[in-house]
Amino acid sequence: MSILVNKDTKVVVQGITGSEGTFHSEQMIEYGTNILAGVTPGKGGDTLLDNIPVYNSVKEARDNHNVNASIIFVPPRFAAGAMIESIEAGIELIICISEGIPIRDMVKVKHMLDNSNSRLIGPNCPGIITVDECKLGIMPGFICKKGNVGVISKSGTLTYEAIDQLVKNGLGQTTALGIGGDPIIGTDMIAALELFENDPETDGIVMIGEIGGQMENEAALWAKDNVTKPIVGFIAGQTAPPGRRMGHAGAIVSGGDETAEAKNKILAECGISVARSVAEIGNRMKESLTQKA
Amino acid sequence: MKIHEYQGKRILKSYGIPIQDGFVTDNNEDIESTIDRVAEEYNCNQFIVKAQIHAGGRGKGGGVKFCPDKSSAVKSANNILGMNLVTPQTGEAGQKVRKIYITKAFDISHEYYIAITLDRSKNQDVIMASTEGGMDIEKVAEETPEKIIKVWVDPIQGLHDDQIKTLADGLGFKDDLFSQVSDLFKKLYKCYIEKDTTMLEINPLVKTEDNNVVALDSKFNFDGNAMFRHPDVNDMEDPFEVDETELEAGKFNLNYIKLDGNVGCMVNGAGLAMATMDIIKLSGGEPANFLDVGGAASVDTVKNGFKIILKDPNVKAILINIFGGIVRCDRVAKGVVQAVQELNLDVPVVVRLEGTNAIEAKEILENSEVKIIPATTMQDAADKVVDAALN
Repeated sequence: MSILVNKDTKVVVQGITGSEGTFHSEQMIEYGTNILAGVTPGKGGDTLLDNIPVYNSVKEARDNHNVNASIIFVPPRFAAGAMIESIEAGIELIICISEGIPIRDMVKVKHMLDNSNSRLIGPNCPGIITVDECKLGIMPGFICKKGNVGVISKSGTLTYEAIDQLVKNGLGQTTALGIGGDPIIGTDMIAALELFENDPETDGIVMIGEIGGQMENEAALWAKDNVTKPIVGFIAGQTAPPGRRMGHAGAIVSGGDETAEAKNKILAECGISVARSVAEIGNRMKESLTQKA
Repeated sequence: MKIHEYQGKRILKSYGIPIQDGFVTDNNEDIESTIDRVAEEYNCNQFIVKAQIHAGGRGKGGGVKFCPDKSSAVKSANNILGMNLVTPQTGEAGQKVRKIYITKAFDISHEYYIAITLDRSKNQDVIMASTEGGMDIEKVAEETPEKIIKVWVDPIQGLHDDQIKTLADGLGFKDDLFSQVSDLFKKLYKCYIEKDTTMLEINPLVKTEDNNVVALDSKFNFDGNAMFRHPDVNDMEDPFEVDETELEAGKFNLNYIKLDGNVGCMVNGAGLAMATMDIIKLSGGEPANFLDVGGAASVDTVKNGFKIILKDPNVKAILINIFGGIVRCDRVAKGVVQAVQELNLDVPVVVRLEGTNAIEAKEILENSEVKIIPATTMQDAADKVVDAALN
């Protein structure tokens, strides 16, 4: 078990003929991901990499290969259209890697998602990886090790840092999931916590957030009543000046309870083991799991 | 992205929203003629002189003055134009006033607050209105939250008439004023949506003695990701409101924010960059900046990063923290060595490379001719760079 993706996930890559799309498709295939088709409007009929057929639309790819997941590498101004195309084609899991999508576009996509059977991860995220089975994203696969910890993170390289620390502490991961650093995202922390809580192979959860928004606070309050597994939390941006956007579109403090300090306090009150320093993430997870056992 | 009040009011005006208008000048010699133009165009003999800077709290810092006649307006305008305005939001350094907006003045019977912004928890836009205008709205929200009326707008259906009624009724408007303010909410929401705004605030919106509803101020935040759709708005950006180094970093495609400390840092990824700043602080140092160099840490990126960080004379040591994923660490290491050599750096540089080929990378750094301090974990790196900055 794991969450959302495994060795049976059948994938279509949207934007496969672009340089990012091609490069990461190759990397994903190398990891063992089942990429069955690609989509680039106007390039239907071509083949790419290991004879992967390219289609003009997601629907064609779905009709021909019965794909159930898509991953999107298209420029930000076309990304909302790509997500909507996948929703309309009935793709169950959509991963959007693209960064820089207008908020207004995402408000519409989010509304469509709420009225569909599709789940979105991202945008502006590194994707998702189920160790040794399926990599749908841009993360380095080799740093992961099969294990019993689920990782949820708003940030790409911080996810890698957490994975690395877990491995150095003798732990491994079930699935690691980058949910994205934008103000509006498809799968939020509560949804991710719920998935890991229901996954019998996952024994502990690392949840990495940052300044801005209320998501970490809402997730902590939800976890208090609904998650039985130990959670280690970390919030980046303790030293971020108020009112400044720290790289990620969503990483900006616009209210009192959006600071790292306020979030840490709420997380701790909800029983989450809070790492004040990024360097403590691995240790704390190890401690939590040892205590539990 | 932010713009000045007068620019925001031009946008509001283009949507048919009534504003307190006037003219702008950036030149002391033009002050008198500007006041004459305002008097003639808006048929008035009382004026408001308003400093045009992005920071709020301008009135508290003396950047907004009511002037009962032309001579006092000339005097105030000369005082404000060119002054260094310190407000609760500018910080101690203040902001130089390079433009002033001279508007007509009129009698006000009540001040209201209205704003539209994205509610991130609900993934919907929220319209907020309050009878407590002209004040610090966060204080109102904290002390008397019942005085803020909120309606959430469905992104597909848009703003409903019954929602507009909730807002207008809540503010106590009746008859003609009810129609005026209803019309204003419709136009304001349209403007908010069409211009890819993330926050549009009018504080205060006023009811005049002669029963008109008028926007006295305007504050816009735009979605930087959507500016490709709005080149006209993009052109409104005032370079004087942006830190010079931050502007230059932008040209290199680097995401840099200046801070007050003495430990510079260069990191790939925004989250890891924040976590690096935080661990520098926790280890006894003060971060000098936020700098995200993005995924591909090439020689050029690293060189440009050094150049940007070293524009800040406070920087005593630099930490490079790269988690090499797809980018191989040995390549990054070679890039760092080359950049340090070519730039002849004399500040200590601590380098932590983790990920693909990290061991080879460490060897490259250790065997290089240049003075680089290799580090392993984030804690090791933070300790070493704080130590280097202190000595």
